[in-house]
Amino acid sequence: MKLLKAPLFWLIVGVTAIFALLPLLSNNITLRETLVLSAIYIILAANLNLMIGYTGYVNFGSIVFFGLGGYLTLWLVGSHHWGLYSAVLVAGVSVSALAFLLGIGILRLRGAYFALATIGVNEAVKDFVSNFDVWGGSEGIFLPFTAYKAMGGAGKALWTVYLLIVLVMGSSLLLSLAVRRSKFGLGLFAIREDEDAAVVLGVKAPLYKTLAYSLSAFLPAIAGGLYFFKNGSVVPEEAFNLNLSIEAIVMVMLGGQGTVTGPTIGAFLYERLRGMLLTIPGLSNFHMVIAGVLLLLIILFAPGGLMGWLYRIWPRLRRVLE
Amino acid sequence: MIEIVSSILDGLLIGLVYGLASIGLTLIFGVMDVVNLAHGAVISLGMFSLYFFFGAGLHPYLALIPVAIIGFLLGVLIYQIAVRRILDGPPLMTLLATFAVSMIIVGIGTALWSTSPYNVNFKVQTLNIFGYTVTSARLIAALAAVLVTFMLYYFLYRTTLGKAVRAVSNNREAAELMGIPSQQILAISFGIGTALAMLSGALIATLFPFTILSGSIYELKSFVASVLGGLGNPTGALFGGVILGLIEGSVAPFIAISWTNVIEFVIFVLILLFFPTGLLGGRK
Repeated sequence: MKLLKAPLFWLIVGVTAIFALLPLLSNNITLRETLVLSAIYIILAANLNLMIGYTGYVNFGSIVFFGLGGYLTLWLVGSHHWGLYSAVLVAGVSVSALAFLLGIGILRLRGAYFALATIGVNEAVKDFVSNFDVWGGSEGIFLPFTAYKAMGGAGKALWTVYLLIVLVMGSSLLLSLAVRRSKFGLGLFAIREDEDAAVVLGVKAPLYKTLAYSLSAFLPAIAGGLYFFKNGSVVPEEAFNLNLSIEAIVMVMLGGQGTVTGPTIGAFLYERLRGMLLTIPGLSNFHMVIAGVLLLLIILFAPGGLMGWLYRIWPRLRRVLE
Repeated sequence: MIEIVSSILDGLLIGLVYGLASIGLTLIFGVMDVVNLAHGAVISLGMFSLYFFFGAGLHPYLALIPVAIIGFLLGVLIYQIAVRRILDGPPLMTLLATFAVSMIIVGIGTALWSTSPYNVNFKVQTLNIFGYTVTSARLIAALAAVLVTFMLYYFLYRTTLGKAVRAVSNNREAAELMGIPSQQILAISFGIGTALAMLSGALIATLFPFTILSGSIYELKSFVASVLGGLGNPTGALFGGVILGLIEGSVAPFIAISWTNVIEFVIFVLILLFFPTGLLGGRK
């Protein structure tokens, strides 16, 4: 495997291990709850980057995968008494398949039209779920406490779920790296630069785009399943929160779209920034404003994000961090 | 039966207001190929401006004039700060930039006015037209929307400035060669588009209670309506708004109101897929 020789591969493994071991060894639950949020943000940003950064299609509604994954998992675990592992896997595969079917349709749209359709998809799914009685309508699904029993009680289950989320985070980053180095990834980059030229050169653009869209749905759906299992409940407003989608875009742009490292750093920094703002009285209401100003400044003055800036002042960095 | 016809009539009238909002969106797209994602936030601002002018003692319909002027200035400001610099870059950048503007406006609005509903309270009469009742506010809102649309058409087709807007919309380089200052025209167009959004927001505020987040609903309706009529085509946008209103009006008596959004989004995606240039054909 060529991938094993990449320095970034080992960096990803190392970061994932730190995320897993740091709270586990110190048995620090506060730290775990902070890191779980970072991990979720990194998962969302890294997978969104497959669309925005690699393929050049802005997906405003990427959160729909996360939410649907959460709903499917809780429904399978709660109403059908499935185990967590099989439930999240089935959720991931079904959401990914759904994204594939959806992608065949909406990826015929380009640029702004596609972006608008993704907002529409998220809002339509949210409204649909809010009216869908099988999934509890606007009340959502609450997991009975007994659901945690199979995993050795709630306390132990939360640790297991945390480690699984960190695992999904590591997989997301490795997926980004693997796609970037593959022929498939090169095809996506070609589509980003000039879709018509790519088609002329033999890139199967419709198939590639749809695969990228479907791929970007898989791990967020699993993460959604784990996250809402951990919370014990899921409601439409939280599962399909368009703001979180938008914040994921800010993270991707902040770190640097199209790179593997960028969205991760962006997500981590954004989570820290957000946490800081929420604790400062008087500023807690302004976190969306600050995110907006941040996004605007990046777009206007540093479209390459943090990684673009780092590459410029230190070109050799490209060899290590992709 | 009377209920259904009234509901459809209501839908037609509100559809004209949707149409006005859609024209604002479609005008900006037509002139500079920018999908303005700050549209919904500006609609909310229109609602709140009307609320505050009304609170200051101005008659709500008179307040439309200052609302339009504020909207125009705000649009020029948004264009100069967030759009001008990246207009020739990748289209996704303008999409994200206008979205950032929307986040800023909605964020400030939420901090100032929270997300609880506001209401413009003034005396409303019900009118009886051939046995069907409509409220006067709805009728006036629809008439105002039609009036503003006529004024826009007069501006675009009968004045020199309006002709310059159309010229820049057709071909910016050629327009510049003819001595049209395209940057100013683009700023003016963005201003007009924003003013129309503010006006439609103000008209909606005379009909329904609203929050700072309400704009996003009407933004999506504007997208659906503009796409129905063909993005970039103002007549189409008005037509799309009316169709949307009629659909809402005709399904309202039969299904729960919370389903209308689902239906609209499904229509939206279907139209995008099967008639990407809209029912009336897009720009040019």
